[in-house]
Amino acid sequence: MTPAVLEAPPERRPALRQPAGPGLPPPPTGGGDESGRGPAGPRPLFDNVKLGMLFFISGEIMFFGGLVSAFLVLRVAAPVWPPPLQPRLPLGVTSVNTLVLLASSVAMVAALRALARGDRPGLVRRLVVTAGLGALFLLVQGYEWTRLVHFGLTLSSGVYGATFYTLIGAHAAHVLGALVWLAVTVALAARGRFADGRTGPLRACAIYWHFVVALWPILYVAVYLA
Amino acid sequence: MTMTATAPHEHHEAAGFFRTYLYSTDHKMIAKQYLLLGLIMAVVGGFLSYAMRWQLAWPDTEVPGFGFVGPETFNVLVTNHGTIMVFFVAMPILLGSFGNFLIPLMIGARDMAFPRLNALSFWLLALGSTVLCVSFFVPGGAAPAGWTGYPPLSAKAEYTGVNWGLNLWLLAHAIEFAAFLLGGVNFLTTVVTMRAPGMTMGRLPLVIWQQVAAATLFLLSVGPLIAGAVMLLMDRLVGTGFFIPERGGEPLLWQHLFWFFGHPEVYVVLLPALGAALEVYPVFSRKPVFGYRWIIWATICAGALSFIVWAHHMFVSGMDPRLAMPFSITTILISVPFALTVFAMVASLYRGSISFELPMLWGLGFLAMFTTGGLTGIFLGSAPADIYLNSTYFVVAHFHYTLISAVIFGGYAGIYYWFPKMFGRMLGTRLGQLHFWSTLVFFNLTFFPLHWIGIAGMVRRIANPLQYEMVAPHQWINVFSTLSLLGLVASQLVFFLNFFLSQFRGRPAPANPWNATTLEWTAPSPPPHGNWGASMPAVERWPYEYSAPGADRDWVGQRAPTVEALLRGEGRA
Repeated sequence: MTPAVLEAPPERRPALRQPAGPGLPPPPTGGGDESGRGPAGPRPLFDNVKLGMLFFISGEIMFFGGLVSAFLVLRVAAPVWPPPLQPRLPLGVTSVNTLVLLASSVAMVAALRALARGDRPGLVRRLVVTAGLGALFLLVQGYEWTRLVHFGLTLSSGVYGATFYTLIGAHAAHVLGALVWLAVTVALAARGRFADGRTGPLRACAIYWHFVVALWPILYVAVYLA
Repeated sequence: MTMTATAPHEHHEAAGFFRTYLYSTDHKMIAKQYLLLGLIMAVVGGFLSYAMRWQLAWPDTEVPGFGFVGPETFNVLVTNHGTIMVFFVAMPILLGSFGNFLIPLMIGARDMAFPRLNALSFWLLALGSTVLCVSFFVPGGAAPAGWTGYPPLSAKAEYTGVNWGLNLWLLAHAIEFAAFLLGGVNFLTTVVTMRAPGMTMGRLPLVIWQQVAAATLFLLSVGPLIAGAVMLLMDRLVGTGFFIPERGGEPLLWQHLFWFFGHPEVYVVLLPALGAALEVYPVFSRKPVFGYRWIIWATICAGALSFIVWAHHMFVSGMDPRLAMPFSITTILISVPFALTVFAMVASLYRGSISFELPMLWGLGFLAMFTTGGLTGIFLGSAPADIYLNSTYFVVAHFHYTLISAVIFGGYAGIYYWFPKMFGRMLGTRLGQLHFWSTLVFFNLTFFPLHWIGIAGMVRRIANPLQYEMVAPHQWINVFSTLSLLGLVASQLVFFLNFFLSQFRGRPAPANPWNATTLEWTAPSPPPHGNWGASMPAVERWPYEYSAPGADRDWVGQRAPTVEALLRGEGRA
């Protein structure tokens, strides 16, 4: 680049179309968008709550991405998987349990529809169903875990047990956290909290719930089936 | 949630001490809290580096004010100096403080999108800092496994003799990550939804773009490291063996998880500093930034590339050597967008009416020092050179040139530039000049010779260089570097003196002391809660309208109406 190119500022477009007269403000000289754009831009696609949750969930996805890739690295390095003399994972019960968790998401969708209708008792009822299904999922998982521990699969029995309990446990901890959040939300909804249209906390909770539900089939395939 | 120009002024009552200084949700107070926390931790981290350098210059002698160091304590010093400076100084000041202060003020919002979440982020960070400081006083002492915490050394308490110190170190990281994860969510949401009318993405000041890029990089890279930290903590506490070979684990897995985060993290620290420098250049050269859109795209490209360069930290780790070539290529590729940014910076200065005010001095210092550090990065990015230089003091000199240029030079550029807005006073000029020139000189005297001793073969993390025959003849470099470090530390005392004196005795700052165009200078200094009183700024222009043809002065603020706006009947004459 020769100095002359830098020296002379290029004919910066609208400046020439509309020269500033005396007393008039100077035309804009640059920027990343076209000039003459109206001051009120388009409304953002998402509101704060939805957008904040999406950003948070993208961080969560990377967290589980880290755990899953660690699992895959250790699994590929192992000569035989599952290792000999280690218990097999309960496929059947867990597949039914997967359906339980997916059903909770359907109930959550129904709850939000009730909210949109302004049907407060219906909202509370459906949220309770969602929480109940989530709790059932956790109870079944916990029961299966006690059986697995009984059969000798523990955290310290090798990377097979360690990755299983860590990955599935991290998901269970997320379901538990979402369940506590949902319980608080149910209590607030029962007291008529979201009737005034300020539904942000409820929608945030719903988005998070759908996230922990949607995560599960991926983990189920990666850990139990594959 | 876009605010309209006619939004009613929210009334803020005078709050008590607790609500003003401790439980504050005002983004400007939270920014000051981050700044103060970062400065306090900088004193801690600086003290550790002093003890460390003393031990290197005069091994196994009593360090004045610290005591005897020896090999075990030396490992503790190395580890915690790195941890504190990166996670508890650089990030709180450059991301926490600058981001919180600037994002709402520069995009024209009254506060962040989630003010209470913002306060929670800060207090989580304060908790994390406390946990880290407490780890020095638990039985067994603080973490000694290096700031990268490589297993198997870090995976079993028997290997280091440190149990709770290292557990707390991991815990402090986990809390810190959670704090900045929530902070990042807040930053991104704010920039997307809270911009003033007319503040399109193409009119955002570059520092906001850099903050957005940094927050995105952190958000997307920290997850795998949190996963790694959980696994490492479980290896230590409940007997899993993710990273322990005899239990079937894979120590290299940690290095992959750590550096997948670690390299984007470098840019998390660098980009806000780069942004601060980019704000300073046009103001003190009275000339628009050169290549506004190119800089934004370069930042995005560098951010994307930073996710696929991590294994260049692992050329000698024993990973599959076939990986070295692709990672060398991506690493050298990533210098292209940064070179472009640096050239754009130089072009922004070219033929400007440069005035050497304090922020500009620091900004120029950043450019010079960062380029120096970036050039040594090319040596280290290519695998053949790195196999020789890896883990030597050449690497130490390289990353101190890049990180100190960012944190110290870029950070001070920002602090000196926005101090009037933040505290309503000007920083003293004479002490500021003394601070800058002594820092510049002593910084180079401290770190430049470390390149030489690194090439001569002195490796990192050794407590007593005199034990190594090939290093001992070069011991004068260690002594020289340590003496210079004392000067560097003393120059920072000048800053602290200036910082506190100017709070009380500084010249009161006008709203726009630098004749700058961006929105924060349209608010009073310091801005009140809610930033702009009754009228919200509506934005008509890009942020670098300096020396515009046809204007009656050499700057036109972002709020100044255009002819088109006047014709539409919008904007204020």
